[in-house]
Amino acid sequence: MLESRIIEKLKAIVGAENVATDRQDLICYGYDATQFEFLPDAVVHPGSAAEVAEVLRLANTQGFPVFPRGAGSGFTGGALPKGGGIVLVTTRMNRILRIDTENLIAEVEPGVVTEEFQLAVEKLGLFYPPDPASLKFSTLGGNVAENAGGPRCVKYGVTRDFVMGLEVVLPTGEIIRTGGETYKGVVGYDLTRLLCGSEGTLGVITKIIFKLLPLPEAKKTMLTIFDSIDGAARAVSTIIGNKIIPTTLEFMDHATLQCVEKRFSLGIPETGRAVLLIEVDGDRELIEKQAARIQELVAPLGLVECKVAKDAAEAEALWKVRRLVSPSLRDVNPTKYNEDIVVPRSRVPDVIRRIDAIAGKYAIPIVNFGHAGDGNIHVNVMIDKEIPGMEEKAHGAIREIFQAALDLGGTMSGEHGVGLAKQPYIDLELKPEQVAAMQAIKKALDPNNILNPGKMFPLE
Amino acid sequence: MDPLKRVEQELKKCVKCGACRAHCPAFQELRREPAVARGKVALAQHLMKGDISLDDQTYLAMSKCLLCGSCVEKCPNDVPTDEIVIAAREALAAQRGLTTFHRAVGRVIRNRRLMNMGAAMAALLGPLFFRKVPRTSGLRLRFPLPFIGGKRHIPQLAKKPFMDRHPEVIEGEPGKPRIVYFVGCMTNFVYTEIGEAALALFRHLGCTVIIPKEQQCCGLPGMSGGDLATVRELAEKNLAALEKFEADYIVTACATCGGALHKLYPLVVGKRHPELKARLDALAAKNIDAAVLLQKLGLHPEETGAGEQLAVTYHDPCHLRTRAVTRQPRELLRETPGVEFLEMEGADKCCGLGGTFNVYHYDTSLAINAPKAAAIEKSGASVVATGCPGCMMQLADGLHHRGAKTRVMHTLEILARRLR
Repeated sequence: MLESRIIEKLKAIVGAENVATDRQDLICYGYDATQFEFLPDAVVHPGSAAEVAEVLRLANTQGFPVFPRGAGSGFTGGALPKGGGIVLVTTRMNRILRIDTENLIAEVEPGVVTEEFQLAVEKLGLFYPPDPASLKFSTLGGNVAENAGGPRCVKYGVTRDFVMGLEVVLPTGEIIRTGGETYKGVVGYDLTRLLCGSEGTLGVITKIIFKLLPLPEAKKTMLTIFDSIDGAARAVSTIIGNKIIPTTLEFMDHATLQCVEKRFSLGIPETGRAVLLIEVDGDRELIEKQAARIQELVAPLGLVECKVAKDAAEAEALWKVRRLVSPSLRDVNPTKYNEDIVVPRSRVPDVIRRIDAIAGKYAIPIVNFGHAGDGNIHVNVMIDKEIPGMEEKAHGAIREIFQAALDLGGTMSGEHGVGLAKQPYIDLELKPEQVAAMQAIKKALDPNNILNPGKMFPLE
Repeated sequence: MDPLKRVEQELKKCVKCGACRAHCPAFQELRREPAVARGKVALAQHLMKGDISLDDQTYLAMSKCLLCGSCVEKCPNDVPTDEIVIAAREALAAQRGLTTFHRAVGRVIRNRRLMNMGAAMAALLGPLFFRKVPRTSGLRLRFPLPFIGGKRHIPQLAKKPFMDRHPEVIEGEPGKPRIVYFVGCMTNFVYTEIGEAALALFRHLGCTVIIPKEQQCCGLPGMSGGDLATVRELAEKNLAALEKFEADYIVTACATCGGALHKLYPLVVGKRHPELKARLDALAAKNIDAAVLLQKLGLHPEETGAGEQLAVTYHDPCHLRTRAVTRQPRELLRETPGVEFLEMEGADKCCGLGGTFNVYHYDTSLAINAPKAAAIEKSGASVVATGCPGCMMQLADGLHHRGAKTRVMHTLEILARRLR
């Protein structure tokens, strides 16, 4: 519990209406998409970098932890106040400060919702590609802190690739700028890239400068159904091998298709064992050519069916298959552990086979879908917590899945991060020397360990 | 039975992903988690654990819901937050007693005679009508409002309720559909022109129109306050009134009444009173929105709606949008001679009324409406059409606050212009 004089000081910094301590408020800032729950002692909504800085200085002198939070839509518990302290919500800082159409950059505050930003730049004919599944509600600050990905990353890269500069409040309360607004810049360490994906452990992001692209003229969407997982996987490498980089290459395995079909009857042929949702974007003429070429390339690979959207409405209908995956998974089992391993894209069929074997071994349903184009597979371990022992078995299965990804030259997490959820497994991927180097950075910037303590690495 | 017990399984479905943050109109304005669906689900879960009580803070959080169903429509896990909030409000009402306002709501909506007296209706609607009615509308009343205190402007009630003007059965052509018209209070007592338009259009198509005299308020205002006893009583009376007549369709021209009949009756009343479930399901299956039925029966708006040149935009009532009625009214309006249809930005966004939400959170309600009013004005339309008298009232208020001249009409009024 925080002493009431500290609460009073917090109120003096951000205004009484921006500090909440009622139990109802604490409950509502104690969760995220992980289904873990830890209640904070107070919820603080600062309105500026200066206020954030003052709160952090107070935290250092008074010794209470601070947990930065955007929309609270993370999958690994990055924003959860484990052990108590204050949740620092960035959503009041939600202005798009400028969109510079000459230099193709934009400056925003961290609380701006991803999609709102995308729509704002698209109105000006510009493009911000990173598209995490949560883009309608996630915040850009959270996207940067977690280095969010999405389907379009196969062609355009992840959030980090669009961050040019930041304004950050360091854990000790200093406000600094990193990077800048020029594409080139080699003076000093690249703190911008260090902060992208630092999960709120190294600083609180208060401004972001993004790089923008010209908005592609058009896009073309295709749904291709294959009679085997290998066919779909070979399609991915064949397309890219032929120098076409689609905007998205979304993949769904047989188990996923069965779930969707059972619940929504979309008419996916029974012989379909894997689906690729392919999208290309660019100049109208170019994408027509690319779409035709892709159809040629995939035809000999055990293609069952290829649907090509003629317009936006038809494209949306094709995307429906993908969007209905989440709601249909509940029919398998009520709780899912949503992991997001990555392997080199040529190893996707290998990793799927290994996961199938793990599912058999532990007798737990596992469904796989995700971003095949960059080898990022969402592995959903479906469990029923009310069946005794199933949760423990799931953790065993997850450990083996991570090991499989690592064996194939991949990583445990492409998008979701470590937070609390993946902490028990971090030693599988990182050597003690790597962890030591990372912890040295953390210790240097946050000597009192007040900013998002206990995340990424366990508390010492 | 503890009302929350009924939704225990439903509560487990929520994974707190946060998708509701993108769709909840109350959250979009208030920007704090207790206002959003997953926050309310979390609070309901903690209520069940006994970790928090049905106190003022819980009451306040649960009151911040418009029951618009937007979060339910978009929830990837099908969490019925509307049902959960109703259960929580039922629990709150059971423990704390109904609020004075909702006790009055229950008293009035259970009592047709009282409603017909007009004054009671006006008093009840007073807070909902808290708005400065333009002087040009002429007939303004001032009413002392016992539950709110002070004097507020309220708009004119119809001199004679719609249902008193027409016989119970208006025979149409043989072989044509027989429809039962569930009128709803707002149409019966305030916007009678909606009822007249509906009647004229269905008669034009040769339908037999039945307006059962015994029909009551749908009960949604009661549901919104957690007064499930009143809702059950009204649902039963409505069942009896509507079942008395053989009909092909049970038509509503009020999105909210339709929402009660087709969704909330089976979901909320049916679950609590299994003996009524089959009858409520049958009623729900027969319910259809007037615009959808008119299109289905092949209405030609050029025969019924042609008139002076109007630039019209359309607002989607939540209780039509969430039952997939968005295309039909637009198509009918586009086909109407004299109508230039202009789509507005954010037509699918909630108007902010939320029934009695508007009474307790008037400022928030208006703030939710502000971008809507701006979008209507920006569309360049001279008329905003919609399919819900509740929305009509709220849109008129929002436009008035903005000083906009845009008129608010029900879609059916435009479609029936030539029939008047």
